Amino acid sequence: MTTPQIEIQLIAAVTAVACALPGVFLVLRRMALMSDAISHSILVGIVLAFFVTEDLASPLLIVAAALTGIATVSLVELLNRTGLVREDAAIGLVFPALFSIGVILIARYAGNVHLDTDSVLLGELAFAPFDRFELFGYDLGPQALFLMGGILLLNIVFLLVFYKELKLAAFDAGLAAALGFSPTLLHYGLMSLVSVTAVGAFEAVGSILVVALMIVPPATAALLTNRLATMLWLSALIGIISAFCGYWAAHWLDSSIAGSMATMTGLIFGLVFLFAPERGLLAIAQRRRRQRWEFAQTMLVIHLLNHEGLPDAETESRVAHLSEHLRWEQDFAKQVVHQAERRGLLQQHNATLALTDQGRELARQAFVA
Amino acid sequence: MNLAQLLYDLFFDYTLRTVALGSALLGIISGTLGAYAVLRKQSLLGDAISHAALPGIAVAFLLTGSKAPLALLIGAAIAGWLGTLLVNSVVRNTHIKDDSALGIVLAVFFGFGLVLLTYIQKHIPTATQAGLNKFLFGQAAALLERDVITMAIIGGIVLVLVGMFWKELKLLTFDREFAASQGFPTRALDILLTTLLVVAIVIGLQTVGVVLMSAMVVAPAAAARQWTDRLGRMIFLSATFGALAGVFGALLSSSVKNLPTGPTIVLCASTLVLISMLFAPNRGLLWGWFRRRQNRHKLHLDAQLHDLYTLALQHNDPEHAHSIVVLRAMAAGRGGVRHSLEELAKLGLARHHEPDSWSLTPKGYQVAQQRFNDPLSEGAVTI
Repeated sequence: MTTPQIEIQLIAAVTAVACALPGVFLVLRRMALMSDAISHSILVGIVLAFFVTEDLASPLLIVAAALTGIATVSLVELLNRTGLVREDAAIGLVFPALFSIGVILIARYAGNVHLDTDSVLLGELAFAPFDRFELFGYDLGPQALFLMGGILLLNIVFLLVFYKELKLAAFDAGLAAALGFSPTLLHYGLMSLVSVTAVGAFEAVGSILVVALMIVPPATAALLTNRLATMLWLSALIGIISAFCGYWAAHWLDSSIAGSMATMTGLIFGLVFLFAPERGLLAIAQRRRRQRWEFAQTMLVIHLLNHEGLPDAETESRVAHLSEHLRWEQDFAKQVVHQAERRGLLQQHNATLALTDQGRELARQAFVA
Repeated sequence: MNLAQLLYDLFFDYTLRTVALGSALLGIISGTLGAYAVLRKQSLLGDAISHAALPGIAVAFLLTGSKAPLALLIGAAIAGWLGTLLVNSVVRNTHIKDDSALGIVLAVFFGFGLVLLTYIQKHIPTATQAGLNKFLFGQAAALLERDVITMAIIGGIVLVLVGMFWKELKLLTFDREFAASQGFPTRALDILLTTLLVVAIVIGLQTVGVVLMSAMVVAPAAAARQWTDRLGRMIFLSATFGALAGVFGALLSSSVKNLPTGPTIVLCASTLVLISMLFAPNRGLLWGWFRRRQNRHKLHLDAQLHDLYTLALQHNDPEHAHSIVVLRAMAAGRGGVRHSLEELAKLGLARHHEPDSWSLTPKGYQVAQQRFNDPLSEGAVTI
């Protein structure tokens, strides 16, 4: 690996973690698409600040963009409060309008400078190592790495300080408010964090990868755990893996690094969606199948217990009779009987079924429950 | 370019006419289907679909090697449809909420689309960037007559289908459970409506672009919603607004240098939303503000009348005048006492006495008696 390659991967990994942390709370609070809205509309802030400073490296750009992000959130809420449009529509109205303004401003007034919509939207990680961070003439590393490292640190500090409050607000906003944690303050704190993170990541990886890194790893982690702390570090881990795999896939295909990383987050999500223990599609299908058989066996023992010791027990306990009484297919009935016998719930003599003690116990329990 | 020249060109200039026609068609179709999406709280599904369409375009190009709009649009439609299917499957099978599911599909599909686009750019020499990149931000100027004809045919089919299933779609939108209980195949209708939405979005991709097409679904419908409570009118208005935004945006962007089409059309649509939210009768913000002012005024008069009546009841002479100082004390923070009294005087319900005191008139006493002793009387009258 060459130095730029290592640096690109480092930047990507740090960005992934920085995005995943606030992303977890966005996903839990059902505001995932706010990241989409913010990461698009900050373009206006960057462009306007650029007009003032005429310097793409100015820190004012980040401040302005972060303010635009918060303005987006407030605007969505303002629209929402008028009661004229629903929240989803409000998001869908605000950010395309702001983004359009940004794109038009760039096209009309900033066409000649290094600020084109493609790079802003799609990001170009491959160029990130060229912007160096120099202090007293010493080359300390790529600028983006320091920027994202700083933002990551900020996110971690915010999380550590407000962990309890964020957790409570994410799972029980009503209780949080009743206990005196200001919901507005927490909301805007989180949104500021999302904005700042989006702005930092925006330059390096583009707005779409910001959305991918903020939503997909946390959603994937949510399929694997029920604990917030686990979800946080799992999201970070998934983000890092996507960053590394995405980089090498892009290297191999010679294509967009940001796009490839977004694809990787999707692939990991797809794998987890299919194979996650308990919540994956396969686990769900398996559980449904098992429950179907177990339910059938329970039905069978209840049926047998119902008629046990009665005059009609002889006829009711015949395997052939089951299809009539329980409306089971002949094959299905045979298989259920076979399984129940193997579990020791009943015994079979000349195609007549007799409950064992264990079978009786199961039937009684099923009744009580 | 002056307005007359622009209008002349609109009808007789080939390029401009094509662009305007195409944008109008796109607006009509996305406006119509957008109305359903907004009413069904699926405003952001459009965003996911349009982003998800990108890899479809790239794959279609890789497979067919042609930039014929129909092939690319079919690819886009398939990908958009797959994206929707995935969103539904994730929401149905896991505890992940729809916002996250939409975000996942949007970002991942788009990212994959970028991978394919950059791959095509570098590995397939015939693919100049202009051909596929216009799908990102749209380029109305590149519309050809055959594109418009394709759009018109597909759009016509979409509109006919909406008309054919008018009753079913209406029921599905407003009361899904009732539709199911009446035996309508709600799942099939869901699929129909989603497919139509996908087609509507795909039609607009060339002109408005992947990134901003979702606004063409949401904005015209959100604007139309402010003017009416009836589905038919809303859809008509939504389609009209969509067409207006499309034509205006396309015209502006082709007559002013360096004005990208997609964003311009979106801003036109956003302006329509803003106007509708402010000025629409009944729901509009200005209307609401005016109504609140009127109500406040009426309540003030009522309260003033009540104060005068209370005082009148405490005196043998109902027309005994009371100083405005007393009335101000009774108002307890409610401002504009003199103004209210003067208004009441104009209505012939109160009378001014020197020095600056007020009383009810006999008519005022009667009205107050009726209104405050029998709270139901006013309601009874209106019924």
